[in-house]
Amino acid sequence: MPQLAISVSDLSKKYDSGFAVSHTNFEVPAGTICGFVGPNGAGKTTTIRMLLGLISPSGGTGRILGEPITSPEKYLSQVGAMIEGPAFYPALSGAENLKVLATLGGFPLERVDQLLAQVGLADRGKSKYKTYSLGMKQRLGIAAALLPNPKLLILDEPTNGLDPEGIQEIRQLLRSLADGGTTVFVLRKGEVVFAGAMQDLFDAQQPFMLVKTENKDDLEKIISLAEGAGHKAHIRDGVAHIEGPAEWAGVLNKLAFEAGILLTQLSPQLPNLEETFFEMTGDQK
Amino acid sequence: MIRSLTRIFFAEWRKLRRPTLLLGTMGAVAFFSVLVSSLLFLLIDSPQGNGDRGVRITREMLALPSGSTQAFTSIGNLLGIIALCVFAAQTAQEYSLGTLRNLLVRQPGRIRLLIGKLASMKAFAVIMTLVGAVISIGLSYILAGSKDVSTTLWFNSDGRIEVAKTLLNVFISILGFGIIGMVLGILLRSPISSISLGVLWLLIIENIVGAVKSSTLEWLPGSQLATVASGGTETISYTHALSLSGIYVGIALVLATVLFTKRDVAN
Repeated sequence: MPQLAISVSDLSKKYDSGFAVSHTNFEVPAGTICGFVGPNGAGKTTTIRMLLGLISPSGGTGRILGEPITSPEKYLSQVGAMIEGPAFYPALSGAENLKVLATLGGFPLERVDQLLAQVGLADRGKSKYKTYSLGMKQRLGIAAALLPNPKLLILDEPTNGLDPEGIQEIRQLLRSLADGGTTVFVLRKGEVVFAGAMQDLFDAQQPFMLVKTENKDDLEKIISLAEGAGHKAHIRDGVAHIEGPAEWAGVLNKLAFEAGILLTQLSPQLPNLEETFFEMTGDQK
Repeated sequence: MIRSLTRIFFAEWRKLRRPTLLLGTMGAVAFFSVLVSSLLFLLIDSPQGNGDRGVRITREMLALPSGSTQAFTSIGNLLGIIALCVFAAQTAQEYSLGTLRNLLVRQPGRIRLLIGKLASMKAFAVIMTLVGAVISIGLSYILAGSKDVSTTLWFNSDGRIEVAKTLLNVFISILGFGIIGMVLGILLRSPISSISLGVLWLLIIENIVGAVKSSTLEWLPGSQLATVASGGTETISYTHALSLSGIYVGIALVLATVLFTKRDVAN
């Protein structure tokens, strides 16, 4: 299996009204879960359509699982995709809809029941698609994408319409697929604040320390002391978060003692994903 | 190639065989077959006529080897309109429902997909033809007995050749109408628009144009396909109708293939 599941270079799609996608470049390593994030109209879906051979690029190149996107027949049998939401025949049952695609792709029909069970639709497989809720439609779309037992799974907003429990289930499913070697490429609406590998994300962040005081009113004083010493600091959930290396903890402890503040916690931390997310998005909740 | 075509055929057949479509269509075929066959025999003595547009079809004419298929020939045009609607809806819905993208991800060979879908719809047209033939010929045989129409010549060798010829002609006609529906579906990408335009053209525009200037009927596509179903008329020869239908359907197929293979699937 190639090291890159997707690689795109200068990929563009131009319509009379202008560029839908302009000189896009990105790579997706094989075996990872990767997000493709951008606001509405950013060209995410158009890019994916080009990768799936549904629309022809105006310029640039791309490779999927090592094969050029100009020859989709060479790689699509190993790719599962749900783009722009699920699309099925309303008058057919969920199972029959999957059987249409399984027959077309030459996949064993026994997979249909397995997949319906995997996405939690085992008891509704015989119901007509038009009777499905949005969440059930979404689950059927994911089941259809899993039909080829794909090496690359492309999903557009896969948790749309799902309840929190359903979102958790789908996340676990995607995690287990990635653990099994499937590359999962997920499209999401939003602004890109960072693009790259997880380690690069952490490396870009400062270490910090968590500080609690015996008297909660003293937290503000600790923030002032830290900022006075040139360190960024803020309070979240009754805990002061102060940027700085672990070695500076001793200095902070001394400053607090001199100010008459009793610390009940002073623990140096390396950035974790949650902290990093809050840091980058500016979300203080 | 053959394996993938077979897979496409059966995948399409899963959609065509759904009870609402299959039974609904065959119900319509049965209804028109019963209606036309019944009127042909029950109005045999009516001075207003018992055939298309008041034409009188006498006992002597019905007793000929072609008598068994007289009713079936008359419904050929109606079966063609039904086929047009089914083929147009089946094709256009792939665009309107967004399911074409699923199909193309599983089968990126677009020409292959088109051929496989067409083959499956042809099978549907064969069933329509056979259902129409069995009901109209069977009912004609039953009604002939009650209306003193001789059926002696119906099942001799000439009669059997007439049945085979009519089956083939009606099938060609149904297929032609169906392919026009399929092309409209690809062109307009909306079941309602493609069916409306097809039916409007074939049932209204061609009739109006033909009524204003009858010579145009020799050139209009619906008129040619209807003539093929009836095996030729006094004003339009079978060979002329078949050739011209072939040209129209051929052009339509080329247009459909170009559109289907070259156009971006952006919905």
